[in-house]
Amino acid sequence: MKSTKDIAELLDEPACEHNKKEKSGCAKPKPGSAAGGCAFDGAQIALLPIADVAHIVHGPIACAGSSWDNRGTRSSGSELYRTGMTTDLTEQDVVMGRSEKRLFHSIKQAIDSFNPPAVFIYNTCVPALVGDDINATCKSASERWNVPVVPIDCAGFYGTKNLGNRIAGDAMVNHVIGTRDPDPLPPGTERPGIRVHDVNLVGEYNIAGEFWHVLPLLDEMGLRVLCTLSGDARFREVQTMHKAEVNMMVCSKAMVNVARKLQQKYGTPWFEGSFYGITDTSQALRDFARVIDDPDLISRTEAIVAREEARIRDALAPWKERLHGKRVLLFTGGVKSWSVISALQDLGMVVVATGTKKSTEEDKARIRELMGEDTLMIEDGSPKALLKVVRDYKADILIAGGRNMYTALKARIPFLDINQEREFGYEGYQGMLELVRQLALTLESPVWSSVRATAPWKAGLVKVTETAELTESRQSQAA
Amino acid sequence: MAEILKRNKAMSVNPLKASQPMGGSLACLGFDRAMPMLHGSQGCTAFAKVFFVRHFREPIPLQTTAMDQASSVLGADENVIEGIKAIAEKSGPALIMVMTTGLAETQGADVHRNVREFRERYPEYAHIAVVAVNTPDFTGCVETGYAAAIYELIKALVPAAETAGTRPGNRQRQVNVLVSPMLTPGDLEALRGLIELFNLRPLLVPDISESLDGSLTEDEFSPVTIGGTPISEIYTLGEAKATLVIGASLRQAGELLQERTGVPSLYFDHLYGLQANDALVMALAEISEQPVPPIIERQRAQLQDAMLDTHFMLGQLRVAIAADPDQLNAFIHLVKGMGAEVVAAISAGNTPVLSTAPVKSIKIGDLEDLELMAKEYKAQLLIGNSHAVASAERLGVPILRAGFPLYDIIGGYQKTWIGYRGTRQTLFDLANLVINHAHEEIEVYHSPYAQKPETERKACSPSCH
Repeated sequence: MKSTKDIAELLDEPACEHNKKEKSGCAKPKPGSAAGGCAFDGAQIALLPIADVAHIVHGPIACAGSSWDNRGTRSSGSELYRTGMTTDLTEQDVVMGRSEKRLFHSIKQAIDSFNPPAVFIYNTCVPALVGDDINATCKSASERWNVPVVPIDCAGFYGTKNLGNRIAGDAMVNHVIGTRDPDPLPPGTERPGIRVHDVNLVGEYNIAGEFWHVLPLLDEMGLRVLCTLSGDARFREVQTMHKAEVNMMVCSKAMVNVARKLQQKYGTPWFEGSFYGITDTSQALRDFARVIDDPDLISRTEAIVAREEARIRDALAPWKERLHGKRVLLFTGGVKSWSVISALQDLGMVVVATGTKKSTEEDKARIRELMGEDTLMIEDGSPKALLKVVRDYKADILIAGGRNMYTALKARIPFLDINQEREFGYEGYQGMLELVRQLALTLESPVWSSVRATAPWKAGLVKVTETAELTESRQSQAA
Repeated sequence: MAEILKRNKAMSVNPLKASQPMGGSLACLGFDRAMPMLHGSQGCTAFAKVFFVRHFREPIPLQTTAMDQASSVLGADENVIEGIKAIAEKSGPALIMVMTTGLAETQGADVHRNVREFRERYPEYAHIAVVAVNTPDFTGCVETGYAAAIYELIKALVPAAETAGTRPGNRQRQVNVLVSPMLTPGDLEALRGLIELFNLRPLLVPDISESLDGSLTEDEFSPVTIGGTPISEIYTLGEAKATLVIGASLRQAGELLQERTGVPSLYFDHLYGLQANDALVMALAEISEQPVPPIIERQRAQLQDAMLDTHFMLGQLRVAIAADPDQLNAFIHLVKGMGAEVVAAISAGNTPVLSTAPVKSIKIGDLEDLELMAKEYKAQLLIGNSHAVASAERLGVPILRAGFPLYDIIGGYQKTWIGYRGTRQTLFDLANLVINHAHEEIEVYHSPYAQKPETERKACSPSCH
């Protein structure tokens, strides 16, 4: 079990804006009014996309049983990460103190069955509480079978999902990064006059394969991605992250401790960026070139940006007409708000309000910059509050995480899912096309008038407030 | 609204259409103790029989006038008259229906006259209803043949109110229901259940849910149908409070029934989707003068919820549909109502309802047309019968099996498509078919620089993307 001191250290993240404010994204969850995942959830989400690792959840069935293979992240090769593995502790294990032993055998079983390059052990509440020493178990298992076994001590009660992200990042920095030097460049990849630079992406999860919209551009620029932590990553890639020239923190600060520690330990500079929307994608590409400071790279990047922007603006033109002026309530929990705002504004849509519950002061400043001073920032993410804002601000659509989907649908409001469980990739220039398609799909769907329509035999009892809506839907039915 | 594109090629490839005599036979099989007889060569009946057996997985009573070379050339009147007599004598049915085929029609058969001659020659069988129907193979499709059979049956068996002394509404709780062949036995059971919820007594005409529903009976063998609409009930059609006509193809039959009996006919093109069922439930509430039962309101709300849940998968989905006209029209309404796009609509025959369908054009054609159009417009889902499965495989897209015949699945005939519940299940089925590959997945990209394990690496230069 982690000590209070360990946890306090993880919570103290100098690179995080929240540190300076009393109101922190890593604040203690409040009993009775908590929403969102635990530290285990956060750690698992952060590392599960490392595709060739055997991810074993050490705990009773609740932890893995309800969360395995539940993400939209995709791999270009190994699919081992989709195999759910858990020690599935029994009452006997807990009472008789056999859980460590079961873990040890589970590691062996995973190695025997799947021959993974590494095994990750996620500690959960019950074994943490009964005092399993997973560090020692992992160490001896690793020595015994000569496969790296990495303990990720992330019991749910340590704190929030955000803390779990940091625990995960910390485990990578302490146990994996720096254990292998990068491969030499593959033969045949040299291009005359182009110097290849090594970079990392931290906090990029390749949801629905969306990073594959971006990666070809990075390749074209001559940037070798040593590792994306953790979308479509492999264990051997994570090992080499210390050798990058620059790290990009993608979108969120969830694993900002990784970027900061890599800077401390290895002097790697990092910047924060996003691949959502045209503006941000271009900015991110330019930032790579700027930080690496290779004049040739800078000029080639400008050419790529100009070409891609022109191409995508042409492709988006017909969609923009359909979406122009549509009003959006964006509730992402905060972290990605600003990057999505710019994507929506690129489409001529109006963001009427945005969630800022987890946003840092810096995030909020960026939001104000994008949306103007009087923008509505929503702290209260309860379904009731969200629906009120949708109604008050006449939003046409709610864009939020999957958790809020049924809030919107039950209230008969169009909805777009932008969280990690989604099946569509919105990153990069190309991702904008998918985004507009999905927006139009739900906004223009004929089902809204059908589901809002009162049963015809009840039409006489319609409340005055709903008549306008009903008339409208009637007309559309008639038409 | 829809432009009808007629056939423009010499050869029909992978036909969608089945013949009119099939449709007439299907209608006949929905009556109790009935025997359809095809006036044609033996093969006409044998093929039809196999077709029905494969679809319903039931023994199918179906007879033939067995025209041979001589009767084909010299006239087959005797075949019809003696054929009817043989069935009447041997099987003692309540109804014999004689459907013509291409052969008989080409020859110039007059089956109506044959029936009159039979009556004159064999008055001892006057108690057996005999109906003759013109169903040449060379026009129409299953649906038109079926509609013709119902029309002729009403014409032959339902007496005018003034002569029979029937009065509309005499049977306060009776509702006549003329049902299109697009309704499966499962649909008919659901429809009957719905009507009964309003304390009404439905008289389904015909009722294949009783005769072709796959239930085991006491009798090991019966030469005629077991179950279905009793012919005795046909004479009560004029006493009902109203007639519900389900399926645009039966409009003429509904009009004739109203003309004969004065019982008002209410028309429903189909029962797929929210609006169509709203209209039916409204009508039932009005006819029964009863409030809508809570269970129906609940099912309606469940359907609305399903519409929301599935619109993500079905919205903008490119769908290709091949079916007989009523069902095609119903599916077009259903999927368009979910935001899907109908990129290919193929009908087995041309009927008036098609031009009202909310789609740019409808092709009267075959499964090759379906396949080519589906390919051209990148359809992501097919709706069609079992023959279209091969097309779907070649196209690499999923298929929702619907229509006639369904021979590569068990119990296809029992599926319920109509009503709030049936529609909900249909939406779930559609969504489940496409949930994992409706949207074009982002193609896997392998970076030439990547440090993936040896086993995953591909030889690829930076310019290959």
